[in-house]
Amino acid sequence: MADLVSSRHLRRSLPWLLIVIAALVLPVLLPPFRLNLLGRFLSLGIVALGIDLIWGFTGLLSLGQGIFFALGGYALGMHLQLSALAPGELPEFFGLYGVKALPAFWQPFTSPLFTLLCIWVLPALVAGVLGYLVFRNRIKGVYFSILTQAALLVFFNFFNGQQKLINGTNGLKTDTARLFGELVGSDSMQRNLFWLTVLLVVGAYLLSRWLTRGRFGDALIAIRDDEPRLRFTGYNTTVYKTLVFAVAGAMAGVSGALYTVQSGIVSPQYMAVPFSIEMVIWVAVGGRGTLIGAVLGAVLINYAKSLVSEALPETWLFIQGGLFLLVVTALPDGLVGWWRRGGPGRLASMLGWPPRTATYPQLDLDPAVQAERSELEGGMK
Amino acid sequence: MTFPLKRKSVLPLVGGATLLATSLSLVACGGGDQAGGKFDGEVKVGILHSRSGTMAISENTVAEAELMAIDEINAKGGITVDGKKLKIVPVEEDGASDWPTFAEKAKKLIDQDQVAVVFGGWTSASRKAMLPVFEAKDHFLFYPIQYEGQECSKNIFYSGAAPNQQAEPAVDWLLKNKGKDFFLVGSDYVYPRTANTIMKEQLKASGGKVVGEDYLPLGNTEVAPIIAKIKQALPKGGVIVNTLNGDSNVAFFKQMKAAGITPANGYSIMSFSIAEEEIAAIGPEYLEGTFAAWNFFQSLDTPASKEFTKNFKAKYGDKRVTNDPAEAAYMMVYLWAAAAEKANSVDDNKVREALIGVSFDAPEGKVTVMPNHHVEKRVLIGEVQKDGMFKILEDKGFVKPVAWNQFVPETKGYTCDWTQKRPDAGKFKM
Amino acid sequence: MDLLYDTLFNGLAIGSVLVLAALGLAVVFGLMGVINMAHGELMMLGAYTTFVVQNLFKEGPLEALFPVYILIAIPVAFVVSGLAGLLLEKTVIRRLYGRPLETLLATWGVSLILQQFVRSVSSAFAIGLVVAVVLGLFLPRFTPADLWQRRWSPLLGVGTWVVSALVGIVLASALGGVRALDQPWFSARNIDVTAPQWLRGAVDLGALNMPTARLFIIALTALALGGVLWFLQKSVWGMRIRAVTQNRSMSDCLGIPTETVDALTFLVGSGLAGVAGVAVTLLGSVGPNLGGNYIVDCFMVVVLGGVGKLVGTVVAALGIGVLSYIVGSGSLLLVWPAMPPAINELVTFFATTSMAKVLVFALIVVFLQFRPAGLFPQKGRLVEA
Repeated sequence: MADLVSSRHLRRSLPWLLIVIAALVLPVLLPPFRLNLLGRFLSLGIVALGIDLIWGFTGLLSLGQGIFFALGGYALGMHLQLSALAPGELPEFFGLYGVKALPAFWQPFTSPLFTLLCIWVLPALVAGVLGYLVFRNRIKGVYFSILTQAALLVFFNFFNGQQKLINGTNGLKTDTARLFGELVGSDSMQRNLFWLTVLLVVGAYLLSRWLTRGRFGDALIAIRDDEPRLRFTGYNTTVYKTLVFAVAGAMAGVSGALYTVQSGIVSPQYMAVPFSIEMVIWVAVGGRGTLIGAVLGAVLINYAKSLVSEALPETWLFIQGGLFLLVVTALPDGLVGWWRRGGPGRLASMLGWPPRTATYPQLDLDPAVQAERSELEGGMK
Repeated sequence: MTFPLKRKSVLPLVGGATLLATSLSLVACGGGDQAGGKFDGEVKVGILHSRSGTMAISENTVAEAELMAIDEINAKGGITVDGKKLKIVPVEEDGASDWPTFAEKAKKLIDQDQVAVVFGGWTSASRKAMLPVFEAKDHFLFYPIQYEGQECSKNIFYSGAAPNQQAEPAVDWLLKNKGKDFFLVGSDYVYPRTANTIMKEQLKASGGKVVGEDYLPLGNTEVAPIIAKIKQALPKGGVIVNTLNGDSNVAFFKQMKAAGITPANGYSIMSFSIAEEEIAAIGPEYLEGTFAAWNFFQSLDTPASKEFTKNFKAKYGDKRVTNDPAEAAYMMVYLWAAAAEKANSVDDNKVREALIGVSFDAPEGKVTVMPNHHVEKRVLIGEVQKDGMFKILEDKGFVKPVAWNQFVPETKGYTCDWTQKRPDAGKFKM
Repeated sequence: MDLLYDTLFNGLAIGSVLVLAALGLAVVFGLMGVINMAHGELMMLGAYTTFVVQNLFKEGPLEALFPVYILIAIPVAFVVSGLAGLLLEKTVIRRLYGRPLETLLATWGVSLILQQFVRSVSSAFAIGLVVAVVLGLFLPRFTPADLWQRRWSPLLGVGTWVVSALVGIVLASALGGVRALDQPWFSARNIDVTAPQWLRGAVDLGALNMPTARLFIIALTALALGGVLWFLQKSVWGMRIRAVTQNRSMSDCLGIPTETVDALTFLVGSGLAGVAGVAVTLLGSVGPNLGGNYIVDCFMVVVLGGVGKLVGTVVAALGIGVLSYIVGSGSLLLVWPAMPPAINELVTFFATTSMAKVLVFALIVVFLQFRPAGLFPQKGRLVEA
């Protein structure tokens, strides 16, 4: 038994070990540009985790996560615009449009604390309100997707058209602002941001796992699989759905803020329709309902996109379109799901290496059984 | 049905089709000719335009003009720096019509490829997205498009027109020849908004009147409300200044024609974003008789202009046309090369200083880089003809660029001069 | 009064484009529950077909027929888009019935591919593609049958496609060396579709000016609507379609070939998108991004109208048309010049086309809060699925 336990411990801690090693080693190994890319893609992993929560576990396909993503980015972007200024000065772009006084809603963003709160509370609130209204009416399925897309367009057009409030299409730049006295665009600052991103991705992952493991997670899955039945058993599904949608919104906000400081700009492009749909495909490729797959998918696809568009920009749309088709028709569980459900074994067996088939006594190798057993053992000691 | 494929999984079908399509277009964009000659070394320059997405339509031409200039320079033996002949090697990146992508790719060109200079951008939004990158890394960018001004960065050279080299003389001309009542139409983004702010101030100062303005979201094709507004504001004809960009122009002109808002009915329409290439895409029959202001027209009757158009057609096909952005993009490569030879270095800081005062015999005439990093350019006003070319109505000669607009109260009295050693050289009171 | 007519006509004009664009989507979505994100790209195919037809009639023996080329383009576009839709249904959507969200993603992928396809396609590309597809389909026939009985046969399937793809690529790259074959057919640029002379003018009725292109689209919309209604209500296949909509399994039991019905519905819906594509060439630009400009508006119309009801689609589209015209043109200011400053400011704020869109969409979202099933909800108990 002892070796089994220790090997399980090893298996459990291995991913964490890898993450720590990656976080320590990569900043030294990678040139600043590649590190910056990785940091940005990892931060996209957070919004993907949120989508996995609402789509993979709860069955709500939101095509509007860009709203919350951009809101988080804008909150931080506004703060950085203001932090660089002497008192009484205005961000430069206001001069172009003849704005003399700082609009009222900009005022609180001078406070770093407020901004830090706003980055995730604001998107969560917006998501919560939007979600509550929609879920209360039992709008779901495709209707929900289309409604979120409509909401996305409302936000996009609004941010795009309001030069005098938030600089319209141009968005807000952050690279030349200063954070803790250091240029945001500088290499050392970007390295710190990379570490922060790694930390937050891990945090978001743990949060999602905690949410999906317990009763709450079971309720989410039940909503996905048969909502009316859950409702008939007396659960108020609206509450669950609103809550998980708000959490996903908060994650999108954090993700957007991290992405913004590492890209150097936040603009209404973050609310463009295709970008929000792309987010969904990251999750689908990685594997929905797997959490880790969401992060993996976000990083993989964006890296691929970056590489392909460096070499052959014209082909990216073909590849992306093909990915959508491939994942949906042939790999509905995504890469991680395929792996977990014995995909490699099946492939091997096709090639003539039949896997050892599990027989009944091997039931005790089932992780669920093992977990229960170790719990019981722990209780007895 | 004994078709064996029927029962197979979908994977092969979809996967194969994707692979196929991808690789096919790989073929479509492959190739490229090698310039001969002996070189002592290479210098990399970045070319950063949208080769995919909405803006690819316009930016492809600009990128092609830049590549043509590079090929020409290489064919003549490259640039001579420090006694060595260097071959210019373009590193192309795709901005994908997405502003944050422009920032990302600019970073890549500077950090990863270590290019000596970047030529790139089209929309103001893409320039604004790249600007912080170039400032943070203290590198520099050449930007080839007419734009709204109100900017003077140490790290950008603007080879397109500033407002006083396009919009302002055009408005003057309209006021003098066409009428005092102006309706302003634009796409909903920074260039039209800022250009219209400037024009409104200018009209206020010179006795014109703005009777209305409207903005269309980029890509929108439903212009009935705008036409209704124009008819209400200008029932008997008047001046319409159009700063729409891209697709919307087509919808605008097709529907304007149908609604009877045409030159024949007393409407003078001046566009700032319609050049020869756009005319071909919209159809000259919709545009005939409307006006445009540019620094270069394909119909400009000078040997240099004819040579440029001839070479461009020879390289990219007989049906292609040249236009102002292509010319500005073409000449800025030459300006950079001349400055590198003058500085005797490709180091970005040295070239940047050497650039001021550099001249080149461009297709439009002799252009010179000014201390405010803009270029002294020729101002032309033309009328669209049946064949899709412009008839030049007025040649205002060469005009010095003004970065900070003198009509807008916020920037009035400010100037920019990077030859001065002062911390606020980018914007200071005259 | 003039203002009223003006508003009505312009609202009708904007709305009729929406009706036409959304009609095909409504047919497919209402009857099959499938969201087709590639609908806009099917419209784009229709528009490109118009371009090709126009070029055929521009010069040469058919030049005399140029004024009516658009009438010929309509059925051709219907067939082209319809066939493209049929292909889409047979290869992709068929496998995804009952999984609407996956359908949504898959069709989005198709739309990306179609967009890039019209940008990249050249003769070399097309030849390579055709050769590869033919090879991929027929290679299995010429391999020994017993190979397909093995365990690794699915991999062989992948393999044949990879091989044929490679052959296609090699062929296309070899042909790409020939300049004539390497020229893209359409390229990423917008293409120029010129309306015949009679569609460029306008009919003047006193103060009201009605562009003939708009009148043509309104007529075309009415015709298409009538055609669809007749088809669904009077024809045998229309009856079958309605039966399958109401109860798929029961229809199946009664011997209605549901697979054929699905394919037919998709064909008709996609063909209507093609017709809409012809219509929009009269108004706006024709380019690879054409579809994206319309698709979200179409969704709004379908969702607002209520699923499965064509009357809902029509009312919703016209409503959106009139509303966006009123808001966008700031007509309220003219009717009620003495409104309080606060409201005046608000109206002016939204009186640009771009803000009007914000307001209209926001209103739709709000409206759906009260009527989640749209203007004309389906009566009866809905099976929750």
